[in-house]
Order: sequence, then C-alpha cells, then structure tokens
Amino acid sequence: MFKLSEKILLLCVGEAGDTVQFAEYIQKNVQLYKMRNGYELSPAAAANFTRKNLADYLRSRTPYHVNLLLAGYDETDGPGLYYMDYLSALAKAPFAAHGYGAFLTLSILDRYYRPDLTREEAVDLLKKCLEELNKRFILNLPSFTVRLIDKDGIHDMEKLPVGRK
Amino acid sequence: MALLDVSGYKYNSASQFGFKQTLLDRSNHYSFGTKCQEFAVPVGVDPSKFLKSCSCEDGVCIDLNHGTTTLAFKFRHGVIVAVDSRASAGKYIASKEANKVIEINPYLLGTMSGSAADCQYWERLLAKECRLYKLRNKQRISVSAASKLLSNMMLGYRGMGLSMGSMICGWDKQGPGLYYVDDNGTRLSGRMFSTGCGNSYAYGVVDSGYREDMTVEEAYELGRRGIAHATHRDAYSGGVVNLYHMQEDGWIKVCKEDVSELIHRYKKGMF
Repeated sequence: MFKLSEKILLLCVGEAGDTVQFAEYIQKNVQLYKMRNGYELSPAAAANFTRKNLADYLRSRTPYHVNLLLAGYDETDGPGLYYMDYLSALAKAPFAAHGYGAFLTLSILDRYYRPDLTREEAVDLLKKCLEELNKRFILNLPSFTVRLIDKDGIHDMEKLPVGRK
Repeated sequence: MALLDVSGYKYNSASQFGFKQTLLDRSNHYSFGTKCQEFAVPVGVDPSKFLKSCSCEDGVCIDLNHGTTTLAFKFRHGVIVAVDSRASAGKYIASKEANKVIEINPYLLGTMSGSAADCQYWERLLAKECRLYKLRNKQRISVSAASKLLSNMMLGYRGMGLSMGSMICGWDKQGPGLYYVDDNGTRLSGRMFSTGCGNSYAYGVVDSGYREDMTVEEAYELGRRGIAHATHRDAYSGGVVNLYHMQEDGWIKVCKEDVSELIHRYKKGMF
C-alpha cells in the first residue's frame, strides 16, 4: 500500500521488484506534481497518469507486470476506486479485487454491496470477505492491514486478524 | 461364482460363433461386450496422450466442454441442488438450456460438470446400475452405494482423460445424503459442495448466507443467489437456474429462472 498523497492510496501486487519500483516511481511523480504546481492531483487524474505510464512501458523492453488498485477521495467527486491490471486497462468500480482471492470474494461483494453502506456495514462486508478467505482459500493469510479514506484523509483501522471460526 | 467371474475363467470351452453368454453380465456390464474382465479401451491408443495432442499446443485445438457452476447443500429440511444451464465449447456457447441434473430415480439426483459427454454417459450408466440394484435386492440403493458405484467407474478409467465432477444427492435410510464424486476417483461426503469453474463464486455467496436452521424459502433463495452470482462473474456459466429440493419422500423441481432476470432483480438501482 503506497500513499500517493493525503487522500490517495495505491495498492500494488504482481512481480517481485516491479511492484515497489513502479509504485515508488508513481508516488514520487505525484509528489513532484504537487511541488511544481502547488496543488495535488485528483484521484481520477492520478489513476490516468498511472495508467499512461503503465501503457508506455508495456511495449518497451521492460514492461511492469503489476496489478493495481487506486483509491482516493476527491473534494468535488467524492470517493473513487480505480481498478487497473498489468495490461494497463483502467476501470472505475464500486468494489474490486485482484489475485486468486478475488474468485472467492467478488461474489460476496456482488451480493452484499450497496452504494449507501454505512461505515460499520462496510467494515462488516470486508470481514465477511476475509472470513471466506480464511475458510476456503488455500493459503493461510493471518492478518490484513486495513485503511479507510474519507474527506479527512487516510485512517489506519485496527489490524483484522482472520482467526475466527 | 464370484471367484469364477473375477478370474475370467471360461468353462464354456466350445466357443462357437454367436457365443452363448452363459455368464450373466454381472461384473462386465460396462465392458461393452468384451468377453473377459477388462476395461474397454481402443487398442494401441493412449487416451491421455491423444487428448494432449488435442489441446492447443500441438495445432489441433479441441476445447472440451468444461464451464459450469453447480452447487448443493444440506440443511434442516433436506438438500438443495442448484445448477446453471450453459454448455460451452471453448468460446462458443453450445447450448443455453443444457440439462445438468440427471434424475436417476425419484429419490436420487446427480449433477454434471466437466465434459458433458462424460457426465451424461456415466451418470446414465449409474442410473441403470441403480435400477438393476433395486430389481436384484428389492430395496432402494443407498446414496453412499450409488456414489461408490460412480467413483469406482471413474477409478477404472483413471488417467485416461475423463472429466467429470458430480454431486450425488438423495434421501435414504440414513437421512439426506450428499456426495461429491470426480474423475480422479475422489468421493467425499459433506454438507455443501460446489463444482465447475464458477464454484469459487458460488462458495462465497453460499458460505456467507448459510444457516443450518434456514426456512425452505430462504434455502431456495440462497441456492438461486449462489448460481446467479456465479454466472454473473464466470464467463462459462449462464442460462437458467434449475433448482431442486430433495425431501424425505423424493425430490421436487422448484424453479427454472433466467439468471439475467435474477441479477437485474438483485441489483435494482445499481445499473
């Protein structure tokens, strides 16, 4: 999880080395934009910037094999989640997941997500997903880092241990 | 006579043309007319190698029908069985209303996932064996025995490229029964199974919504939801949900609903 700005987080998974390299490159460039222009990139702009960079490298000798989720809060547009894959496809989505865990959790998100969830309901929905992973996923993932982004910025939530049931 | 059967000893030495089949087809019933105890395989052909040559690496590309989602779970009032109805051959949808549940008899159901041909053939053969059992023993076959028959059939042809993942559901003297049988010869008894390439999506929905003490209507809805959400995410599942309920006095077919209509109903306001 990489903090691009006060209200934007970038989650990056994929090939070892590529992930950190690419994410830090994006992180520093977003900071540079703020320094040069005096104001931050919006989440939509940051997402498109990231996608453009990924696409430019795709047909070079050194493509980055990373899957990304970019989450941010915009003053005018509200919260936004952007799903990006290693072929630099970009889609704005109400919920998203990457990796094998996605096979198990996407249907739960489909089933219980509503656009007007409260914070507690949203955390409960996340817990449901983690319980399912704990039950059916072949790898043991003992704990998860959870962060929340709202109008006041990024907040760390308590580490969710997945040991119940 | 069992030893005689197994050893394949032919005491009928005068084997003329139109040979007399003195031995009943007791153990050889699926050896397709071979005279001695063996599994019928084409001579000189290695099925697994043949199938490998049909997968896309070597030029010729035959996509076996694999895509599906089926699920079944036990609860207080019996067993719910729900399946989708899409038959895909690679990227092509061969049928949108395929029947993936075989009604073996009024108290036994079998689901099909994997290769359509394998499933249909072997489960129909299972139906024949169950009927023969009832005729010979004057009582119904148990779910455990039926599933064991199927898994033994699979074990006989292990490594030869069969592809079948099936759930045998029924109600017998021991109560509701649910067994998962697949082409490796795996046979598992359990409370809930889902098979096919959409199975992970179905597990997500059914695991999160399952309670042992659900009412019958809630269980129907859970089964419908599981298939609907799986078909929504999995490209190789779709069509309609065929929903069955296995009760003490036999199964009933509950409904047959189009998944796109279900999804539109569930996601009203989201589109």
